[in-house]
Amino acid sequence: MTAVTAPRRRSHASAPQTRAAWLLVLPFLVVFAAMFIVPLLYSAYLSTFTSQLVGGDTFSGLANYARVLQDPSFWAGLGRVALFLVIQVPIELALAIFFALALDSRRVRGGRVARLLIFVPYAVPGVVAALMWGYLYGNGSGLIAQIFQAVGLPSPALLSSQNILGSTMNIVSWEFIGYNMIVIYAALRSIPAELYEAAEIDGAGEFRIAWSIKLPALRPAILLTVIFSIIGSFQLFNEPNLLYKIAPNVIGYDFTPNLYAYNVAFKNQDVNYAAAIAFLLGLVIAIISYVVQTSVTRRERKG
Amino acid sequence: MALGALVVSAALVLSGCSAQSGTDSSGPVSQSDIDKAMSTPTTITFWTWVGDFKKQIAEFNKKYPKITVNVVNVGSGQDEYTKLRAAIKSGKGAPDLAQVGYDYIPSFNQTKSLADLTPYGAAKLKSKFTESSWSLVANSAGIWSVPQDTGPMGTLYRSDIFKQAGLDAAPATWADFATAAETVKAKTGAYITNFPGNDMSNTLGFFWQAGAKPFTYDGKKTVGIDVDSPAAQKIMDYWQPLIDKNLVATDPDFNDAWYQGLNQGKYATWLTAAWGPLFLTGSAKDTSGKWTAGKLPQWKAGDDISGNWGGSTDAVLALSKNKIPAYEFSKFLNSDPKSALSLTSEYSLFPPTTGTLKSTDFTDASSDFFAGQKVNAFFSQVSTTVDSNFEYLPFMDYADSSFNSTIGKAITNHTDLKAGLAAWQKSLVDYAKQQGFTVK
Repeated sequence: MTAVTAPRRRSHASAPQTRAAWLLVLPFLVVFAAMFIVPLLYSAYLSTFTSQLVGGDTFSGLANYARVLQDPSFWAGLGRVALFLVIQVPIELALAIFFALALDSRRVRGGRVARLLIFVPYAVPGVVAALMWGYLYGNGSGLIAQIFQAVGLPSPALLSSQNILGSTMNIVSWEFIGYNMIVIYAALRSIPAELYEAAEIDGAGEFRIAWSIKLPALRPAILLTVIFSIIGSFQLFNEPNLLYKIAPNVIGYDFTPNLYAYNVAFKNQDVNYAAAIAFLLGLVIAIISYVVQTSVTRRERKG
Repeated sequence: MALGALVVSAALVLSGCSAQSGTDSSGPVSQSDIDKAMSTPTTITFWTWVGDFKKQIAEFNKKYPKITVNVVNVGSGQDEYTKLRAAIKSGKGAPDLAQVGYDYIPSFNQTKSLADLTPYGAAKLKSKFTESSWSLVANSAGIWSVPQDTGPMGTLYRSDIFKQAGLDAAPATWADFATAAETVKAKTGAYITNFPGNDMSNTLGFFWQAGAKPFTYDGKKTVGIDVDSPAAQKIMDYWQPLIDKNLVATDPDFNDAWYQGLNQGKYATWLTAAWGPLFLTGSAKDTSGKWTAGKLPQWKAGDDISGNWGGSTDAVLALSKNKIPAYEFSKFLNSDPKSALSLTSEYSLFPPTTGTLKSTDFTDASSDFFAGQKVNAFFSQVSTTVDSNFEYLPFMDYADSSFNSTIGKAITNHTDLKAGLAAWQKSLVDYAKQQGFTVK
């Protein structure tokens, strides 16, 4: 919303004020250019070359991009993260919204502790998380498998090719439900108390308030978490990379497009092709984020 | 999660700044050149993941007080190679001396990143090392590194589990090993061994023993790739029924579940290298006194043939401005009798130097972990049964990741191993061609 009001304010600003504003923004711009724009342009430049161990680099225009479009590894990875997005993100966000609403209703005792406990997984370092889930998921020797065996059930192969995507979804949900919950909870806290008072006078119950006041007010926050989750899903890297240690053959080198780009750069020593993969992935993310954002805002305007 | 993309793009920048490593104009170096270099105050940088080599450097400095050796650990194996490649490409920040596995020498040679040690008198070292280790650091074009340790393979078995199954020694042949697998499973519930799908080097050790020659490289543009040769197929034909009948575990190795398995007696044997005994002493402490070292099962009764798994060398980089002291240190560290011996006791390295292998200080050591067996003496003999004719490709990192997604995947998923070999072959040939190599 600040983005809408800022330009209006600018017309009032005097010249010294504008200069001061630029001065204040300058450090950010310098870092942004050096750490983001320049590497991005450089990767774009790199992606137009073909490198060979024998023969070195030659300019090849868009040949790398054409190769990516025909690369089954790229498409398989993209399909996997798309499936991940469609299944995991709704579950994760529904749970995050549910927890945030429950905590905000003030009906839950020990809300502060609960909030902390739900958020803690987000703060657990990835390596620790990998060790932990490795221990829980382990075939035969893992905790989950042992519980199943103790009850007399066949233990599920959580690290098999069929189940690994589900196991990954579980880890990512565990990590990010707390994060999204905090974003939504913060938005809930900023709803003016008068609205609740008015609703109570009108005789609305807790559920009615949640449905008619809180959820509509949460829209921008939910949209934000949706966009973050879409980007996060397509860029899925850490979790499969950590699971690689315990299930190397199941994860493989191309489980997600990002992991594939990483392995192409470092194991195949083909930085140029990796740059092309990364760029096409970025393009896909940009398009999908844009479509989601515009379709939601259009619906908002209609409503 | 967003970190992934950042890491990739940052790395793209790092490794992109490219400047090919300079080749040195080298004639033979005279003794006076060496003397001069060794008495000039110089600091050399040495990348290694073995340890800090404090004692060895102190000994070296008694002889050459002017040389300072700066040891840096930038990660082990591929982690180091990745950083080394980036440093070589950018032409800055590379060390003078670096630990490089035997299997990665062709890769660094292909980019002309290693210095030929011939002008510095390295040919004289040949007689000090085993043939199988020397043949991996030297070829007709030059001498590219100094061997540090090797990994002749044997069978480490749990004598308690074997006894319970009524077996009293390591199976002599692979056929015996398969029979033992049935017995061990039936009587103890343990797997005879673990056949990991994530460990190309382990599998290549079996190739080596069976006489399969999967790779050749002429040092220039021509590679030979033959990973699904009849000899390799014979190996997979052997393991297939053992895996199908669930007599062999197929767990990925060197992770927590595997360590647990070793400690809990899930596997009755570990088909491993000479560094295995000391590794177990550290990682499977609970099983002390229960292990015995035996020979690798043989394909033909009466044979005595082993393979090699792992081992490293210390190579001088072509970019180094201090090649003489770097080489002199590498030579001292790995071939001076006292220093070489101390590497075995202090860092559990299995020696490639014939002197150490014969030295009673080395062979007389007995291990409580192995119930008093003289494991060093045992593997010293094994090291003489390793074929010295084995080569690697100049792109073993790709071979490794491709192994994991083809044959390795077949092992883990219990599917057709020979189809996995064929897929590995195809993927290697495709990659080699795409990278501009001529495939023989």
